[in-house]
Amino acid sequence: MQTSMRPLARCASAVALLASLGAFSGPAHATTAYITNEKGNSISVIDLDKLEVTHTVKTGQRPRGIALSKDDALMFVCLGDDDTIAVIDTKTLKEVGELPSGPDPEQLRVSPDGKLVFVANENDALLTAIDAATRQVVSEFPVGVEPEGVAVSPDGSIVVNTSETTSMAHLIDWRNKKVVANILVPPRPRYAEYNKEGSELWVSSEVGGTVSVIDPVKHVVAYTITFEVPGLARELIQPVGIRFSADGKLAFVAMGPANRVAVIDTATKQVLKYLLVGQRVWQLALTPDGKYLLTTNGVSNDVSVIDVAALKVTKSIPVGSFPWGVAISKQ
Amino acid sequence: MLTFEAKLNRSSHGSFGCHGWQALWALFLTAFALFAAGVQSASADPLAIKVGVIHEAHSRETISILDIPPADDFIAGARVALDDNNTTGRFLDQSFSVVDAKLSAGEDPIAPLKEMLADGVRFFIVDLPAAEVLAVADAARSSGALVFNAGAPDERLREEDCRANVIHVAPSRSMLTDALAQYLIWKQWRRWLLVVGSHPEDQLLAEAYRRSAKKFGAKIIDERVYQDTGGGRRSDSGSVQVQRQMPVFTQNAPEYDVLVAADESEVFAGFLPYRTWDPRPVVGSAGLRPVSWDPSHEFWGAVQLQNRFQRLFKRGMNARDNQAWVAMRLIGDAVAHTKSSDPKTIHDDILSPGFALGAFKGQGLTVRDWNQQLRQPILLTDGRGTVSVSPQEGFLHQTSELDTLGLDRPETKCKLQ
Repeated sequence: MQTSMRPLARCASAVALLASLGAFSGPAHATTAYITNEKGNSISVIDLDKLEVTHTVKTGQRPRGIALSKDDALMFVCLGDDDTIAVIDTKTLKEVGELPSGPDPEQLRVSPDGKLVFVANENDALLTAIDAATRQVVSEFPVGVEPEGVAVSPDGSIVVNTSETTSMAHLIDWRNKKVVANILVPPRPRYAEYNKEGSELWVSSEVGGTVSVIDPVKHVVAYTITFEVPGLARELIQPVGIRFSADGKLAFVAMGPANRVAVIDTATKQVLKYLLVGQRVWQLALTPDGKYLLTTNGVSNDVSVIDVAALKVTKSIPVGSFPWGVAISKQ
Repeated sequence: MLTFEAKLNRSSHGSFGCHGWQALWALFLTAFALFAAGVQSASADPLAIKVGVIHEAHSRETISILDIPPADDFIAGARVALDDNNTTGRFLDQSFSVVDAKLSAGEDPIAPLKEMLADGVRFFIVDLPAAEVLAVADAARSSGALVFNAGAPDERLREEDCRANVIHVAPSRSMLTDALAQYLIWKQWRRWLLVVGSHPEDQLLAEAYRRSAKKFGAKIIDERVYQDTGGGRRSDSGSVQVQRQMPVFTQNAPEYDVLVAADESEVFAGFLPYRTWDPRPVVGSAGLRPVSWDPSHEFWGAVQLQNRFQRLFKRGMNARDNQAWVAMRLIGDAVAHTKSSDPKTIHDDILSPGFALGAFKGQGLTVRDWNQQLRQPILLTDGRGTVSVSPQEGFLHQTSELDTLGLDRPETKCKLQ
């Protein structure tokens, strides 16, 4: 399948070994969640009807960022220590190719039309766009030091990249390949997410302990959301993953070693509640019906399931070692 | 004179047998990024920040050859941060540059300082002995310049001799000894055999260990002084003498859990591990060491910084390099926030409540307002990896757990002026 002669692909360990432990049964048809296990070098496949792990897929080294293709047929998995992105068939759970990500890919984002995969290369301060069909690099774009989070506006026109050491969100007009704004936010911006309408861009600052709500038209930080948990040191509040509820009324923010997910009213920007989840919560994903929010908990090796209507943590699903990323199929 | 570590020839990460390719590719990409940066910063008058780096060469008399300071010791860290600052700066029309003054031991730092002041430099990052730090601070004062002490661990600089125009990036001795003490308490290694060198700085370090023992409830069951009788560290005759001396030196100690070595002068501590009379772990100046940074540190994205450093300087980043990096990044972040080159504005921003520097230590770094010491987690390293990071869980504090390390606000003797 993979025809690229790119040196880094050959460089990457051996071709990342992919083996489904339950290959013969095949994955179920229910909505499925895929969890990357950073130290386990594996993906835990969760059947969301049963809320349990049905398969564990071995991957290359240090899987973190994960995303599904538009038709859910493929998953793209950043393999940081193999310097590549594995392309895995979601039906067979076998690797079918690689994307030429450049060194140490961590987070990635698929464009709304499904054609491009954006990935940040921390080592080289570049944002790379890869054609999902041809699996070739389309363009590379220089950004700040340690680019990390990537977001794409709902209409696909603006690509956002956060750079951790530069502490900025870079807004790139993708059609004209031009930076339209460099917006300073509190330290170590880790993750960026547009609301559904594209009227707000939310950026979490891991060291700053805040979420900046950016007006993507005026290019200014319109609100800065701060967090306070009684009895918890300020330093432990380290926001990372952000997700919006299906109706857009709530935002959820994973707070790292604070072991909590903050629930925010998107209208008032007030924190309504802190939900206690597993330890070191990294990323979040919502089921397509909007009923459940999944959290990856890096230190406690589990996934917490949040009932969105009740705003309660209803279940913990044990997964592999150091879970980090999560993606959920659309059907 | 100060105990820090420099490890040479460490490869950056997981080897797949094709570093050459990776390096070439990385170089190409970097060149591309720099080219693009050049194109973007076409604007006429960027805000220019000149930073003076004044540092004294450290002794090459180290027990391990791996710890011999490299030629670009300290300044290399400042240069990596300079690149980081300039990357941010190209988006904000700010440019940073370094003026480097490397002194030999005992050389007067005031002459280069005056030259730089005359040249308009108002930010200084220094790695100098305590007395010279004070001399620089006092000489720079009338110009309103801001000094970052990124080398001297002396308590007195943060206490009775504190200066309003000095921010201390280097951890103090008491921060280092408290960090180690917390871990030893957590391990239930409460009975310490304290072995102290005969130099004044070893005595100061021992004093810090005594204080830490008292603070956290450890017991120093015996103290011994290792006399420096002079002579070099290198020998072609092998390990025979050391192997005989160290067991005898540690013989007849009362029952103890752990040997704590206070040897900033690199005279004996490195010879203790595996050679004590009783089979006991060695900590402090050898074995498990409290440090601000180590070339083996990789948590919290640190490998990114290690890789950037490795790529530019072909060696690992040591604690001194890191302290210079942190100082330069403090300046960079404050300039980015305030869009100012005025030292007072920068100083105020660094001390403001919202300021926190991301430095790959698991949490943001802030500055204590009462003596301008940087709060920071302390790594406990064996030189192969980070064994633990202090503050340890359970050592609580009403404002910041980082303030369980070192002298706290209520005990300070500092009156900033």
